[in-house]
Amino acid sequence: MGISHLAILGAHPRLDVVAVCDSTGYVLTGLRKQTGVSTYKNLRKLLDTEKPDLIVVATPTSTHFDTASEALKRGVAVFMEKPLSLDPTESRALCDLAREANKTCQVGYHNRFLGTFREAKRLIECGALGTIHHVAGTAFGPVVLRKKKSSGWRAKKSEGGGCLHDYASHVIDLMNFIVGAPAEVRYAHCASVFSDAVEDLVHATFRYDAGFDGRLEANWSDPTTRKMSTTITVRGSNGRLVVDRQECQAFLVEGCAAVDYPAGYTIRYITELQAPVDYYLRGEEYSAQMDAFVEAVATGVTENENSFESAYITDKLIHDIARAAQKAD
Amino acid sequence: MDRILFGDNQFFGVNHMSEEKARAQLMRFADTSAIMRTLGDAYDAGIRVFMCTTHDRITEVVDAVKADPSRYDGFQFYPCMPYAHKYANYVTELGILGTLKKASPGSMMDTLVKGAIAGMTYDVNRIMRMLVDAEMIMFRGVSTPYVFIQNVVTDLLLGLGMHDLLKRFHDYIGEKYGAEAGFITMNMPLAVSTLRKVGIEKPIVCANINKIGFRMCGGVERYRELLASGECRSIAMSVFASGAIPPKEAIDWACDLDGLDSIVFGASSAANIRSSKQLIDSAWSAREA
Repeated sequence: MGISHLAILGAHPRLDVVAVCDSTGYVLTGLRKQTGVSTYKNLRKLLDTEKPDLIVVATPTSTHFDTASEALKRGVAVFMEKPLSLDPTESRALCDLAREANKTCQVGYHNRFLGTFREAKRLIECGALGTIHHVAGTAFGPVVLRKKKSSGWRAKKSEGGGCLHDYASHVIDLMNFIVGAPAEVRYAHCASVFSDAVEDLVHATFRYDAGFDGRLEANWSDPTTRKMSTTITVRGSNGRLVVDRQECQAFLVEGCAAVDYPAGYTIRYITELQAPVDYYLRGEEYSAQMDAFVEAVATGVTENENSFESAYITDKLIHDIARAAQKAD
Repeated sequence: MDRILFGDNQFFGVNHMSEEKARAQLMRFADTSAIMRTLGDAYDAGIRVFMCTTHDRITEVVDAVKADPSRYDGFQFYPCMPYAHKYANYVTELGILGTLKKASPGSMMDTLVKGAIAGMTYDVNRIMRMLVDAEMIMFRGVSTPYVFIQNVVTDLLLGLGMHDLLKRFHDYIGEKYGAEAGFITMNMPLAVSTLRKVGIEKPIVCANINKIGFRMCGGVERYRELLASGECRSIAMSVFASGAIPPKEAIDWACDLDGLDSIVFGASSAANIRSSKQLIDSAWSAREA
């Protein structure tokens, strides 16, 4: 159970939280006592008893496939935390299940709901940078800063732990969002900085069909940032774009009237680029993605932002990076 | 409650608009003596309250203030707890017991034991009280008439429907510390209505209040009505929306709001502190005249 997810759902004006499922008994007891919500330790029982319209899944990645399958078989829409699964074959199967069930499914790549990254996509789509030559995606943050005894599923590769399925997955998905998915992973390197059983950094290079290349660098053992900091840089024949959660900074040789960017530097900040949400917790993007999901469920839309199909492409790249890293090392 | 409060984001590399600016500020204030110089500037500008997160480094600030009582005569702290980042990583990795263990100061063996028992008996209120006590240790010997919960906690509890815990925090701050509880929130309308529902009269809320509606859930108009209604006591933060609004325009707009009690702002230079203070003073006195 994701405590933040539950808070966002609880505050959502269009949703009624009917039940919570978790494997930890004392969490459920506390929750039931404090909020009065129905609780279950068994998902099937929850689905059959409560018959929800949708479920939101924030469990270890290794459980995603079974959880989503159970829901989709019963015609329940699914919001799944990222990544979709640990195996592209399973992710593919989930895409097929979602299509057969004709239900809305979404994966929690929340950066796609940040105003700055959406602005970057808008600039690229209208060709403001000219011919693209290079894209770089980086994510740094202070998750694992020292050697310590492994604990929890995030320290276990088999359950979806590690920087590749965590930090790197966000960057891969965001690069796909802004410039489209690469055709091929050319090289990759995964390594531990402190962790015993998982990688703490991921480097990869990509080739894109349009003729440019790309570079990914993710490192969650970086003490230089206060929290996760994700940046995408795109270089083209007409300029450069640097975008993070706070600002979208463009330098254009020739201005682009279609997006109203003049020649030279333009910086647009999150303060002007982010649409307001009804409830804020840790970032507008978390509520915005849930709003989009709820709207898609309500209107029966299945080709929504961050659909299972789109997350499958990211899972496939995660898989290819892991394979390329094994080969290279 | 004082009308003009000095905030601390600039000291700890928090800037909602620019990573680069945040980094520059972090370097500038790496040494506590630099923080003390800026706090001194704020004091000299006539500001008597430092509204600060319970960041580890605040301990040094409190010690410096205690060590020089004549320099900081009448100076007060409004603690805001918990310092979220101190806990965030622990919670994911170790669960609540791990959090309690790591977050409590090393010397407080009793605190640890209390926390473990609280955890074992699933008593959320005891955990709350223990955490509050752990966070308040650093403020021993200085005046803390108002104690706030950070927005990440207030808003989480609002969303989860754990409203009773907000009331218990409010009551505990009163009983144990003789202080008033305040609630920082990004969801002011939701917070005020909830806090009133659980029986807190005219709750003290601190929220983003700015001309462009940045992080004002429910919208500027709803905030305006709420302030004017007198249902809460209010502190405006992010008045400049991290620099998106020019200072005078930002302050004139905020000071013209009916029912706004206080403004908290942060600044790094003596000149900016003085000019913001003067802008607020003159906007409010013009309004009163």
